[in-house]
Amino acid sequence: MAGNVAADVPGTGVGDAAWLVVIRGLSKYYVRGDQVIPVLADINLDVVAGDFVALMGPSGSGKSTLLNLIAGIDKPSAGQIHVAGVDIAQLTESELAGWRAAHVGFIFQFYNLMPVLTAFQNVELPLQLTALSRRERRERVENTLALVGLSDRMEHYPNELSGGQQQRVAIARALIGDPTIIVADEPTGDLDRTTAEEILGLLDALVRQIGKTIIMVTHDPKAAGRAARLIHLEKGVLVD
Amino acid sequence: MFVPFFIVRNALRHKLRTTLTMIGIVVAIVAFGLLRTIVDAWYAGAEATSSARLITRNAISLVFPLPLSYAQKLRQVQGVSSVTWANWFGGIYITEGNFFPQLAIETSTYLDMYPEYRIAADQRKAFLIDRQGAIAGRKIAEKFGWKLGDQIPIRGTIFPGTWTFTLRAIYDGADSKVDETQFFFHWGFLNESVKARFPRRGDQIGLYIVEIRDPTQAAEISQRIDATFKNSMAETLTETEKAFQLSFVAMTEAILAAIQAVSYVIVLIIMAVMANTMAMTARERYSEYATMKAIGFSNGFVAFLIFAESMGIAAAGGLVGIALTYPIADAFGAAMGTLFPVFFISRQTITLQLAAALLVGFVAALIPAWRVARVRIVDGLRSIA
Amino acid sequence: MANIPVSYIARNLFARKLTTILTAGGMALVVYVFATVLMLAAGLKETLIQTGQPDNVVVIRRGSQTEVQSGIDRTMASIVESLPDIATGEDGRKLVSKEPVVLITLPKRETDSPSNVVIRGVTDHGLTLRPQVKIVEGRMFRPGTSEIVAGRAIAEGFRGAGLGETLRFAQRDWTVVGVFDAGRTGFNSEIWGDAEQLLQSFRRIGYSSLIFRLIDTDRFADVKREIESDQRLTLDVKRETQFYADQSEMLVKFISYLGTTISIIFSIGAVIGAMITMYASVASRTAEIGTLRALGFSRSAILTAFLGEALLLGLVGGVIGLVAASFMQMVPISTTNFQTFAEIAFTFTLTPAIVLASLGFALAMGFVGGFLPAARAARMKIVDALRAA
Repeated sequence: MAGNVAADVPGTGVGDAAWLVVIRGLSKYYVRGDQVIPVLADINLDVVAGDFVALMGPSGSGKSTLLNLIAGIDKPSAGQIHVAGVDIAQLTESELAGWRAAHVGFIFQFYNLMPVLTAFQNVELPLQLTALSRRERRERVENTLALVGLSDRMEHYPNELSGGQQQRVAIARALIGDPTIIVADEPTGDLDRTTAEEILGLLDALVRQIGKTIIMVTHDPKAAGRAARLIHLEKGVLVD
Repeated sequence: MFVPFFIVRNALRHKLRTTLTMIGIVVAIVAFGLLRTIVDAWYAGAEATSSARLITRNAISLVFPLPLSYAQKLRQVQGVSSVTWANWFGGIYITEGNFFPQLAIETSTYLDMYPEYRIAADQRKAFLIDRQGAIAGRKIAEKFGWKLGDQIPIRGTIFPGTWTFTLRAIYDGADSKVDETQFFFHWGFLNESVKARFPRRGDQIGLYIVEIRDPTQAAEISQRIDATFKNSMAETLTETEKAFQLSFVAMTEAILAAIQAVSYVIVLIIMAVMANTMAMTARERYSEYATMKAIGFSNGFVAFLIFAESMGIAAAGGLVGIALTYPIADAFGAAMGTLFPVFFISRQTITLQLAAALLVGFVAALIPAWRVARVRIVDGLRSIA
Repeated sequence: MANIPVSYIARNLFARKLTTILTAGGMALVVYVFATVLMLAAGLKETLIQTGQPDNVVVIRRGSQTEVQSGIDRTMASIVESLPDIATGEDGRKLVSKEPVVLITLPKRETDSPSNVVIRGVTDHGLTLRPQVKIVEGRMFRPGTSEIVAGRAIAEGFRGAGLGETLRFAQRDWTVVGVFDAGRTGFNSEIWGDAEQLLQSFRRIGYSSLIFRLIDTDRFADVKREIESDQRLTLDVKRETQFYADQSEMLVKFISYLGTTISIIFSIGAVIGAMITMYASVASRTAEIGTLRALGFSRSAILTAFLGEALLLGLVGGVIGLVAASFMQMVPISTTNFQTFAEIAFTFTLTPAIVLASLGFALAMGFVGGFLPAARAARMKIVDALRAA
């Protein structure tokens, strides 16, 4: 357990540039009628900038919930989640929306692209939240699509792309806002082995070449093997 | 450009559904406009009135006449500039279905008081010199294919027998509000014939039309007239021409109220249809909206997308509906013939149609937008799998 | 052939509550309007038909169409009165009522807007000829006085026409000494007074109409021919039932035309609503359809199941609409009859035929709206449908 915690005195790591994510005493439970269903119990975890973390665990272990909490799309029942110095557990819903736009890139198992938008427009989508000019946006989208190797597919709609290509578009969309952290929920879960390897290679390259921080949930040991660091969850607690 | 593009693409995703919804809105907006136009047509008689004209009639009811001798007394009432009169003839032309109003008028004074009935000078002269002459409105003349010089037989219901008139003039309305279905002939001719056959029924007047110098004095002059004939054999009731016309409208107000209620029920029905469409659409797109929220778009923006799509579809349907209302109203007006002498779509109706369409779009988006804004992102994302 | 259980159909509607409520709600509104219009026309027809008695005959001046426009002088009246086919009353005199009928303008109690009301002058025979008229409050007017009795709808609806109130017309004050109920008939919308008193005050010498009872109702055609061919008489003869039915013809026609047009327009909207719902229902259950087909259910079973769902949707809407419409029976309605220019009060009347027509209409809407989507579901290939999962 101690190996997962950054500093001996909790809190001193907060705001320290080296520690990008600092989680203290994080709990999450659901209340159904008079029943309390615990999902996560007293999690402490730190992630250093530029890390590639794989969260593993059986179904119902709480790994996706932990990822959602770090990404700021779910609210904890107790505890703190500091990301780049901000305790996102304290933010209101609308503050969180702004925070996510600035700091988080999302990659989903089923890509979650907008079917009515082209690859270009899907990648451009997060930039609609910024004040960038049309030309700046165009430049960034083209560069990012080139980075994921889809320069020749910009005007295609999602249903005209293969699963792997769609996931590349989704990765480009996650990258476009230059987020502090990228969260990926089973990014290879819907892909065949070869394509999955390509996508993992791409994620790996993002960490190594441009220093992105990625937290990925997966139940595929091969995918987890590509990560720099493995974290196991079982019944809502971290295990080594 | 991105946001409008996104909304339009979304709206066109289920082409069949969007098309069906739009057809529904088009039908509803046309029906709404048509019903409102029918209601307007009912009030048309009151709209086309002049505030300088008063109507004096028997206080008991329209069925009772006033004596001819009142004309002189009316002219002497202070504030009155001229007096004319008319009798309702209530005849039938060929069959009962061919209804149009026939009035026996005190010829030249009546025509002078109603300048909105435009008649060519030579026709007017021809009418005035022919005791059996008649004037018909353009609409009614065209309906029955009457030409100047035609003999027109009319069977009396109040005045027994068949009366034959010679068409001497056709009038046009000064504007679209003027009723072009009336038929006028000489009161003198009617009176002579009646006197010869039923001496007791001679020299009787259905309505006096009184022109006043100052329309703002209408109430005082009306009171003055009625006071003049108080406690006489035939007491009078005088009111402005508009009030007189409105009293006819009021008699059928139950039907009018029903038509008006129905026009709003149509909007309600289409609201249910459209709300259903938007609810289904939003349900299918939960994960997309959740993804957008995850990326950082606000609840307000996502709600805006839903509202814009819904109101866009509704507005498009509304505009098509408004455009279609014109030919349909024309056809309906023609089919109804003389039942609605004045039948046209008012600007207010168009405004209301557009407002109704937008309201439908707005209300239809309320629940879906609220649901999407409220749904937790994690639940929304999960709804795809 | 295997059939898909009804509970499966019903549960599908229940599972998507909002959509089902909205679709059935739209249909309910359509059925409500449809039924209401039919009830209105039925109520009006019933009122005017019940106003007449089958063995009573109404005589008016030729071509005059309504009693108010008619005029019959005393000579003609006595010629008619002498006909041998007229029944004799208990007093030994002929059962004939010679009635003056005029319109007076009265203000409505609620809106103050003026409307025309029929005043009928009657004799004791006039009452014998209309057994459906019963005094429910106060008493009958005394002959030879300025007393009047008002029909229930008039007493309730018009200012000055209630029991104990007075109306002023024809230079006299008339006291309402009684209120009568004439069941569902047009007489409820009339005021009655003494015939001779009314003739005098309105300065009339002739009557408006003659009403008499036949000894033998089958002799009507002969009596009619006899009166209408008499050179001294210029009169029209009608059975009282026919007379009142004719008077409402235009209004009934107007209401049914308007109602039918509106119902058709409405049903387009409702059918579209049902279609959208059923298409979505089919689309969202593609995998389910594939599974059912794989399990061995036939195409026609799938078609039946989806059509059943649409019909059930229509039925729910129909029943709700009909229940709502049935409450309209408590609402009295009063308007001016275009033909007589007189006020007529009636009620919405729900008949078994209307119930059947409304439910049939609702099911038809469900069927039309559900057919194309159901056909699409039935046409799906098993493999394609399963792959959609």
